[in-house]
Amino acid sequence: MKRLVPMLITAAGGFLLIVAYFIPYWQSWGEKATIWFDVLASIAFILGGGNLLKVHLKHVSDRSRGWGYSLVVLVSFLVTLAVGLGKVGVPPSPQFPAFAWSGPYGQPGGAFWFLYEYAFKPLTSTIFAMLAFYIASAAFRAFRAKNLHAFLLLGTAFIILLGRTFAGVLLTSWIDPSIWSGFQYFTGLRIEVLTVYIMSVFTTAGNRAIMIGIALGIVATSLRVLLGLDRSYLGKE
Amino acid sequence: MKRETAIWALVLILGVVALIGRAAFTETGMGREYVRAVPVPETGATQYETSTYGAYLQATAADQTQTEYQFSLARTVGLWVAAFFTLAVFSFLYGDNPAYKIAEGVLVGVSAAYWMVVGFWTVLVPNLLAKISPSVAQGWATPGLSGPEAEQDLWYLVPLILGVMLLWRLLPKGPWIARWPLAFIIGTTAGLRLIAFLHGDFLAQIRNTIVPLAVIDGGGFDFWLSLQNLLLVAGVLCGLVYFFFSVEHKGVVGKVANVGIWVLMITFGASFGYTVMGRIALLATRLEFLLDDWLWLIDPVQRRSADVALMLVGWF
Amino acid sequence: MNVVEFLTHQWWLLVVVVLSVWPLFAQFRSLGTEKVLRTLDRRWIFLLMFWAVLLPIYYIGVTGDTFPEVPSVLSEATFDEIERLNEGDPVLLSFDFDPASGGELIPMATAFTRHVAEKKLKMYFMALWPVGPQMIDESIERVIRSDFPELVYGQDYVNLGFKSGNEGVIKVIVTNFRELYTTDSYGTAVEKIPMMEGIDNIQRMRLIINVSAGYAGTKEWVQYAVTPYPALRLVAGVTGVQAPLFYPYIPRQLHGMLGAIKGAAEYEKLVIDKYGGANPDPKYLEALRRMGPQLVAHLLIIGLIVVANVLYFAEKRRGATR
Repeated sequence: MKRLVPMLITAAGGFLLIVAYFIPYWQSWGEKATIWFDVLASIAFILGGGNLLKVHLKHVSDRSRGWGYSLVVLVSFLVTLAVGLGKVGVPPSPQFPAFAWSGPYGQPGGAFWFLYEYAFKPLTSTIFAMLAFYIASAAFRAFRAKNLHAFLLLGTAFIILLGRTFAGVLLTSWIDPSIWSGFQYFTGLRIEVLTVYIMSVFTTAGNRAIMIGIALGIVATSLRVLLGLDRSYLGKE
Repeated sequence: MKRETAIWALVLILGVVALIGRAAFTETGMGREYVRAVPVPETGATQYETSTYGAYLQATAADQTQTEYQFSLARTVGLWVAAFFTLAVFSFLYGDNPAYKIAEGVLVGVSAAYWMVVGFWTVLVPNLLAKISPSVAQGWATPGLSGPEAEQDLWYLVPLILGVMLLWRLLPKGPWIARWPLAFIIGTTAGLRLIAFLHGDFLAQIRNTIVPLAVIDGGGFDFWLSLQNLLLVAGVLCGLVYFFFSVEHKGVVGKVANVGIWVLMITFGASFGYTVMGRIALLATRLEFLLDDWLWLIDPVQRRSADVALMLVGWF
Repeated sequence: MNVVEFLTHQWWLLVVVVLSVWPLFAQFRSLGTEKVLRTLDRRWIFLLMFWAVLLPIYYIGVTGDTFPEVPSVLSEATFDEIERLNEGDPVLLSFDFDPASGGELIPMATAFTRHVAEKKLKMYFMALWPVGPQMIDESIERVIRSDFPELVYGQDYVNLGFKSGNEGVIKVIVTNFRELYTTDSYGTAVEKIPMMEGIDNIQRMRLIINVSAGYAGTKEWVQYAVTPYPALRLVAGVTGVQAPLFYPYIPRQLHGMLGAIKGAAEYEKLVIDKYGGANPDPKYLEALRRMGPQLVAHLLIIGLIVVANVLYFAEKRRGATR
C-alpha cells in the first residue's frame, strides 16, 4: 500500500500529461497538473533549505570536524532568509504605500539585494571562473595524441580554438584570391571557414546521433517509471 | 616550508601596503561606490540608485553643494567584501585554506536561502496563497492582485497538501509520506519528457536529417552543398550504427561504427574547443571586476571619466 | 597607444610578472627543461593562465584596442530574425542564466535588449532561473532606463519575473500565460498592464529570444515551445559548453544562435554597425573587449597541449629505443 499509491500517482500524473498532449479536451487538466508541479518545485526549494539546516545543525551540535564552517553556513543561511522573507530595507511599492510588504524582494538598496550583489554574485561567479585554470591544467596533463581518435579530437580542438579567435583569421589570411587567383578554390581551408564546416556538418552529425540515442533512452526510462517497472525513486522498502 | 611562508607573508604585506597606498594616497583612489538619491513622493522615502564616480564628478563640477550624487559607505564596504571573497576563492588554487572554506560556507548558505526566498515571493505567495485565500494575499503582500487571476481556486489545496507531505521528509518518522509528492513530481516529469524528447529530439531530428543529397541550385548542381549534406547524413547514420550495441561491431558493421567514432571524436574535439572558450570568458569577467570595479586600474566603460562633465558644464 | 608605449608606461606590471615566474625559470636552469615539465606543479599552469587572461584585459582596458570581428552565418541569422520584425511586434525575452555565466551571456543580454529597443518592439521579460530576474533588472537598468528613457514600463516593456518548474513553466505558458503569471515582478496585476492585453499565451509572440546557461534553457524552449508549435520562432544566446549541443536544432527548431563569447562579439558588432553610430558606447563592446584575453588564453592552451605531446612522444621514442 505504501508503495502502490505512489506508483499509481506516478502513472496517473504521467499518463494524464501524455494523453492531454493528444486530446485537446483534456488540455486544461494537463495544465493544472503542470501548474501543481511548478508550485511543488518551489516547495522543493524549502526542502533543500531545510535539509541544509538539518545537516549543518547536526555538524555544529556534534562538534564534528570543521563545525566552525558549518556555523558560517548556518549564519549566512539564516541571515539571508530573514532579510529576504522580511523584505528588510525594501520600501513599499509606490503604488501601494500603505502596504509595507508590497515592494519587490530584490529591490536595489535592500538588504537582500546587498547579499546578492556583494556575496552571492562574486562568490558564484568566482567559483565558476576557477574552471578556466582547471581546464588549462587538464589540457597539459591529459591530452595526448596516442592514437588516430585522439589525434582527430585534438586536431579539431585546435582548429576550433584558433578559428574562433582572430589568431585563426590571421594564420590563414594569405589564402586570398586577390593574392593568387588559384586560391579561390581553397578558401574553404581558411580556419574560420573550416570551423563553420566542422560545426555545421560533423558536429551536427555527431550531436544529432547522440541526441537521438539519448531521446530513445529517456523514452524508455520514462515508460519504465510510468509503468511501475522502475521503482528506485520510491527508496527502500 | 619556512621560506614559502616568508615569501607569502612578504607578498601579503606588500599587497596590503599597495592597497592602502592606492586607496588613500593616489589622486583617484580606488574601490568606491556612488549612488544617486531619488526621492519617492508617494511614500516619502528616498531610493538610492546605483551611480558612478563620473556622474558624481559631473554633478559636483556643476554644483559644489549638491547631494543628489553621493558616496555610499555601505556599498563601498560591500564592494571590498566582494573583492576579498573573490580573492579568497582564488586562493584555493594555491591550496585549501580557511579563507576559502569560509567563502564556500557563505556561498552555500546564501544561495540555499536565496532560492527559498525567491520561490516564496514569486510562486508560493502569488500562485498558492493568492489562489487559496486571495483576500489574505491582497491584504498583505500582493495588494495589486485583481481581475480573473485573483479568484479563489481551491484546487490549489492539492499542491499545498502535497507540499506539506514533501516537507515531511525532513522529519525522522514517516518517510513514506514524502513518497506521494515525489511520485507526482517523478510522474509529471516523466510524462512531460517522454513526449518532448520523442518529438523534439527523435522525430524532429530524423526530419532534420532528410536533406537533399543532390542540391540543384538555379540551373546547376551545387557540388559543395551536396557533399556537405551527404557527409551530414552519412555522419548521423555512422554515429547511430556505433551506438547500436545489440549487434556485434564486426565486419561491415564494425567499419561503419569506426567511421562513426571518427565523427564523434570530431564532435568531442569541437565541444572541448567551445568549453575552453566558455570557461575563459568567466575568468575574464572576474579579473575585469578586480581591475575595474575594485582597483580602478582600468576604466573601459568610462564610469570614472570626468571629461563628459567638463563638456556638459561648458554647454550649460 | 601601441604595445611598446603600454609596456613602458606599465613597467611595474612587467616587473610583477617577471618576478612571479622567476622561480620557474630558475628551476628550468637548475634541473633541465624536460625534468621540470615532467613533474610540473600545476600551480605554475594556473599562474600562466592568470597572466594570459589578466594582461590582455589590462592592455585593452587601458588602450581600448579590440580585434576586428567578422560575423558568421549564425550571428547574422540571429540579427536578421530581429531585424525582420516591425515596430510594436511582441517579443518574449527569457533570461535563463545567473551571474556565474554572466561573462558570456551578459553581453548577449545587453545587445539583445538594445537591438529590440532600437526596433521599438514590445518586450516581455521573464526567467526560468531564480536569479534570472536580477539579470533582467540589470539589463533594464543598463540599457532601457539609461539609453531609452522614453520607453514606458507597462506599455513598451514588462518584467514578468521568475516562476519555478523549469520546463513545466514553458508547458503552461505556451497555452495559458495568465494562470501562472498573475502579476508582474513588482506585484502589479497582469490585467492592469496595458501591453498584457490580448496576450493569453506565448503563441502571440513574434519571436522568443532566450539567453541560456543550462537547464532549464534553450533545449527546453525548443522541446516544449517551438517543436509542438512550429509557428513560434526562437533565437538563443548560449554558453560555450552548450553551443555544440544545439547545432542539430538549427535551422528548423532554432532559427539563430549566438555561441559563447565569440557569438556575443559578432552580434555586438552587427548591432553597433547598424545602431551604434561613430562612437559607440563602450558598454556595448563588452564581448569585443573579452576576445583579447580569449585569444591569448587559447594560444596558451594550444601551447600547453603541444608541449605535453612533444614530451610524451620524446619519452615514448626513448622508451622504444631502449
